[in-house]
Amino acid sequence: MAREDAFFQFLLRMGDNTLILGHRVSEWCGHAPVLEEDIALANTALDLIGQTQMWLGLAGEVQGMGKSADDIAFLRDAWDFRNVLLCEVPNGDFGRTLMRQFLFDAWHSIQLGRLMKSSDERVAAIAEKASKEVAYHLERSADTVVGLGDGTEESHRRMQEALDYLWPYVGEMFQSDEADAEMVKAGIAPDPASLREEYDALISRILGDATLTIPESRFAQKGGRTGAMHTEHLGHLLTQMQWLQRAYPGAKW
Amino acid sequence: MYAQMIKSEATQDDPEKLAAFQARIDAGEKIEPKDWMPEGYRKTLIRQIGQHAHSEIVGQLPEGNWITRAPTLERKAILLAKVQDEAGHGLYLYCAAETLGVSRDEITEMLLDGRMKYSSIFNYPTLNWADIGAVGWLVDGAAIMNQVPLQRTSFGPYSRAMIRICKEESFHQRQGYDAIRKMAEGTPEQKKMAQDALNRLWYPSLMMFGPSDKDSVHSAQSMAWKIKMNTNDELRQKFVDQTVPQAEYLGLTIPDPDLKWNEERGHYDYTDPDWSEFFEVIKGNGPCNVDRLAARNKAWDDGAWVRDGLLAHAKKKAARQHAAE
Repeated sequence: MAREDAFFQFLLRMGDNTLILGHRVSEWCGHAPVLEEDIALANTALDLIGQTQMWLGLAGEVQGMGKSADDIAFLRDAWDFRNVLLCEVPNGDFGRTLMRQFLFDAWHSIQLGRLMKSSDERVAAIAEKASKEVAYHLERSADTVVGLGDGTEESHRRMQEALDYLWPYVGEMFQSDEADAEMVKAGIAPDPASLREEYDALISRILGDATLTIPESRFAQKGGRTGAMHTEHLGHLLTQMQWLQRAYPGAKW
Repeated sequence: MYAQMIKSEATQDDPEKLAAFQARIDAGEKIEPKDWMPEGYRKTLIRQIGQHAHSEIVGQLPEGNWITRAPTLERKAILLAKVQDEAGHGLYLYCAAETLGVSRDEITEMLLDGRMKYSSIFNYPTLNWADIGAVGWLVDGAAIMNQVPLQRTSFGPYSRAMIRICKEESFHQRQGYDAIRKMAEGTPEQKKMAQDALNRLWYPSLMMFGPSDKDSVHSAQSMAWKIKMNTNDELRQKFVDQTVPQAEYLGLTIPDPDLKWNEERGHYDYTDPDWSEFFEVIKGNGPCNVDRLAARNKAWDDGAWVRDGLLAHAKKKAARQHAAE
């Protein structure tokens, strides 16, 4: 795989993760359990959309076909999306939303830490800016997972159910393919598999504090980051997200 | 703004204390939570601040309705930032109300069971993307009209909350105007969306200032206490005078065939909203009242396990710390 193609894939993977998860989180607007959570969820979504603008903006630049971040976000079909499946699964209850956020934030913070040392200065700069935001996301999602895991009987049960539901989507974040190999060779990004040990240590500590049990199975659903097979949910998300751009092509907003 | 028809409470306090209190207000002093205040002043303020706070919270719904469909990443980010600000305004205002002796949970429950109101404007739907521009331009514009003078209100915590809120509201209004300008300058379909938004939101925006002065029975006491700074009609006129040239600049038509500049008065003459519609909306019969309240009730009920869980955890943590000491 050519270096530029691999770089483009990598940038889509970063930007599509933040775009799709940002969209999901923003669905909570006005419906959170407590006002502070409305604010925090909107803030998280806002950070993720801001990061999307940077990653997909750079993707357009690297692709060299004159596409903007908006063109990439709003004018691709589901099979061209490269986010991990974890980001597109529906919100479920607040517990599942926060568990998904925690499982993603833990990966995201480690990944951004490595990307700050990227050989590509543009990648390093985006990672530097995003990592400050994500450090806060992780602190908050971890605290909430601990609070609810070690809360009441009901909150514990719901958080364990959330973890059990989401666990099969965790493994995909650590799967490598030839695009990743190309990024490692260029010193642009780490091998996803190399993040797993640090990730497991981090989530074991937090989920332990939350009195939750990590499922033993290592089975991983996959197909998001390669685009080979998304969930049924992504298409519905895109019909909503892309509707105006699709219905009124060429309009400026 | 977002405070409409606030009933001011009659007050039965010691006349000497009342006179001294009024003298402080007349001298421009701020009343702080620990100061003596008439019971009517306290109750009226709780109602007014609470209604304003609830409006910020319910106001997330019509805007949130478009976050997932915002047409560009930038517009989505701006809208998220705005909704986040609004939830933040709700939070400052609930804190200001708490200084008057009412907890956030108590007044939230009063919203949820219909004992307290929020601004009538949020009972209208947002139907096309230009509505998001129009909400910023007209609704936030009307809110600022009322909130700028309230920065000088007599109650310290309310005044300080207003100072903070006004800074953010003027950003909201500018982004709204910018968003609707893009539409008004855009394709024929976009222009149609902009005009449609103005057609639907113009009169509901005029209603935000509350009934006409001749029907506004609670104003005098609130104005003496400086918790209401201008009459409803004064503010409405100011809003019309400010907004008409902006609409002209956009090439949009205000849906009032009788609107015209009155040289003698130095103001625009305009048609009042249909007040019977306003009173129906206040009673609960607006197009979205039922859905808005149902959405807030659902959020509150579905979130009960979260609030209980976090509280239980905080207690366990405190107990563990206590045991370790």
